[in-house]
Amino acid sequence: MRMARGYAGKLLEVDLSRERVSETTLDEEVLRQYVGGRGLAVKILWDRLGKNWGRIDPLGPRNLLLALTGPLTGFIGGGRTCVSGKSPASNGIVGSTVAGEFPIELKCAGYDGIIVSGKAKSPVYILVTDDKAEIRDARRLWGLDGKQTVKEINREVRELLQKAEPRYGLCKEPGILYIGPAGEKLSRVSAVLAKWSHAAGYGAYGAVMGSKKLKALVAKGTGPLPDVADPKRVQSLMEEMYEAALDSWQTRFWGTAAAGFRTGFETSSEPIRNWQEEWHGERSIGVINYESRVWVKRFWSDYGCPVACEKLACVNHGPLQGAITDNPDYELQAYCGTNLGIFDPEGNVYVSSTLEDLGFSGINGANVIGFAAELYQRGILTKEDLGGIEAKWGDAKAMGELAKLIAYRRRIGKVLAEGTYRAAKEIGRIKGVDCMPYAVQFKGIEVGAHGMRSGLGFGAPMGLGYALGTQGGDHTSQAKPPAGEAERTMGDSLVFCTIGTRLVTDSIWEFFTAVTGWPMKHEEWVNVYGRRIVQIQRAAILLGGPDIVWDPEKDDDNPQRWYMPLPSGHKAGAAPTREEFTKARKKAYVDFGWDENGVPTSEELRHLGLKDVDRALEPLRK
Amino acid sequence: MMSGQSTGVKVWIARDYAKCSGCRLCEIACSIQHEGKIWPEASRVRVFMQVPGVEIPHLCTQCNNYPCVKACPFGALSINEATGAVAVADEKCTACGVCINACPGKVPHLHPDRKRIVICDLCGGDPKCAQICTRMGFNALMVFPRVPAVTYDLYAKTPEELTVNLAYKFYGEKAKELI
Repeated sequence: MRMARGYAGKLLEVDLSRERVSETTLDEEVLRQYVGGRGLAVKILWDRLGKNWGRIDPLGPRNLLLALTGPLTGFIGGGRTCVSGKSPASNGIVGSTVAGEFPIELKCAGYDGIIVSGKAKSPVYILVTDDKAEIRDARRLWGLDGKQTVKEINREVRELLQKAEPRYGLCKEPGILYIGPAGEKLSRVSAVLAKWSHAAGYGAYGAVMGSKKLKALVAKGTGPLPDVADPKRVQSLMEEMYEAALDSWQTRFWGTAAAGFRTGFETSSEPIRNWQEEWHGERSIGVINYESRVWVKRFWSDYGCPVACEKLACVNHGPLQGAITDNPDYELQAYCGTNLGIFDPEGNVYVSSTLEDLGFSGINGANVIGFAAELYQRGILTKEDLGGIEAKWGDAKAMGELAKLIAYRRRIGKVLAEGTYRAAKEIGRIKGVDCMPYAVQFKGIEVGAHGMRSGLGFGAPMGLGYALGTQGGDHTSQAKPPAGEAERTMGDSLVFCTIGTRLVTDSIWEFFTAVTGWPMKHEEWVNVYGRRIVQIQRAAILLGGPDIVWDPEKDDDNPQRWYMPLPSGHKAGAAPTREEFTKARKKAYVDFGWDENGVPTSEELRHLGLKDVDRALEPLRK
Repeated sequence: MMSGQSTGVKVWIARDYAKCSGCRLCEIACSIQHEGKIWPEASRVRVFMQVPGVEIPHLCTQCNNYPCVKACPFGALSINEATGAVAVADEKCTACGVCINACPGKVPHLHPDRKRIVICDLCGGDPKCAQICTRMGFNALMVFPRVPAVTYDLYAKTPEELTVNLAYKFYGEKAKELI
């Protein structure tokens, strides 16, 4: 059998309990149907865990941690890895992608991805080199922050490879995916990170790695990227992308960092002080202040990316000196900035840097911090609960301290580490106050920095995109009717960056065909392939468990705060009503092939060839 | 595989390390030119990233006295008269690694097939790496005419040395903890 083009053709399997490493050859038909990344993750997880889904503890040894590339990884600009597993945040499946050189190194080493099962006795990392892998001791790395982790692994692996081949010449550093202390301590807002400040945040897979005592995945390959079906066409499509990038000069010049002011001021959809407001006129957070005060490098790219939307930022003086991050991009300007009442670049860089060092997702972790700060504002949490921290809006140092309290699970940090939804329930119980009005999340996943109340925000109207999304608050995977998330599964499955490729959307399937040799029409993807992936994800999140099972009636919904009229700005008073939301939801259920209770119908599932998913959902239909 | 045209003027690939985005379009262009495919480790320019944010494109500078050529015990290295680039005679190269140690910047490395050394050949005078870098506006690599009044040898530096320099330039005192 001729192996599919664009793929290395095999996955690495690492069983940490048995300390065994093996290989799985990818079945061409499975690749044809599920492609890679998110799609392949969903297929693997459902095949291996689907029968017992509700009983699998995401933080137990039976869960799997997946790091998968896709056929386009390495060829289309902006290399990304899709991280997945049963999510400890939602109990469903999230395809969570992160940029960096790791997926390129992995493919050059001969693997399309890694499946990690079991749990190590003591901390380890996995080192992948050409056609082999080993489980290595990581005890001395456990507890290190992000920057120290990268430094130590870089040094150790370079020395190791140099020693193995002294005549090779200088050895280049490996690609690394790692966790910080928050992941080690199983926080449900922890991320899997790469380089600095690159994170697969949604889904909390840092905690899955932590539960397996897996500090890092490390790869260094020396082979070429896999052969493609039509090399000439691939090269001309790469050229097209370069030209498109040059045409979109503003994307290259500022990345998404110009949105920190605009999203608040113009579209009134930016989280401010834990979403109490979504409008601001604070010009201090304008991109000019980032450019002139903290950016030390304007263009910072990941492998093969001509866009370079990332910018390297460092605070080089004053009390926050030494804080380093990228941009911050819009999401983190909002979450580690405005959402915490911080409107200056230095404070924003400091909080972003601190969260990343601790191994949090800058979105999800900062959402919890904002939630805690509001409880402090309202007197529900006291200075004593917070271990002496005065969590005042705008105080970057205090917010950084709060992040440490949560990462190391000190005092109330122990509860907050469980993420906004679970923390709201538990603090509500402890304090005897309903905290859900302040929890801005969807099905256990804190929402991206794009509000919907003004009607001018990014994504589906009225918050439907999040409420019906299988990845909860993930702003990159909103279920916009009528196609829903099917379209959004494309980037996560072919595995490319949606910022750079937004510029060449029309050529994506041509690119896919040039690499794999397989034809694909966009409508086919949306109506069949992508839709199949989403229906399995919907099944998984509805089955949920073991600690939470979501009820579509109650949980396919906006957080309470998003029905409260906006208090300020040019869209003051705006908010969707429950009536119009419920009506739109009912219609979307039909569009998505779900029954009136939000469960995918038998007809839909059988049409997509998902009989076993249909059987698994039977109990929910009674 | 080499198909570049000699322009008659010798060129030098200037490097402004602080501007390197780390996009590796240079590695992609180089490996497509020389290998016909994307092959980062076979690229004659390799971007090192020993500290994230500090990306160092590492490639031959064509020293005035060519210590690598002199050091080769097998006569596998020579100077291309037209371009000034170091030429590798694959059939004579034994992959002994002597040239790597002779290079002040430890620039040469083995081809991933482990049978021969690879060194920048300036694409025959029209370097693809610098071409894409300049075209995309990064300008970390640029093509300049090679003139006599420059000590090109000074650019034969290891990624380690350059990483220290750039890390302090970007990160100030914090760099101490990162290297």
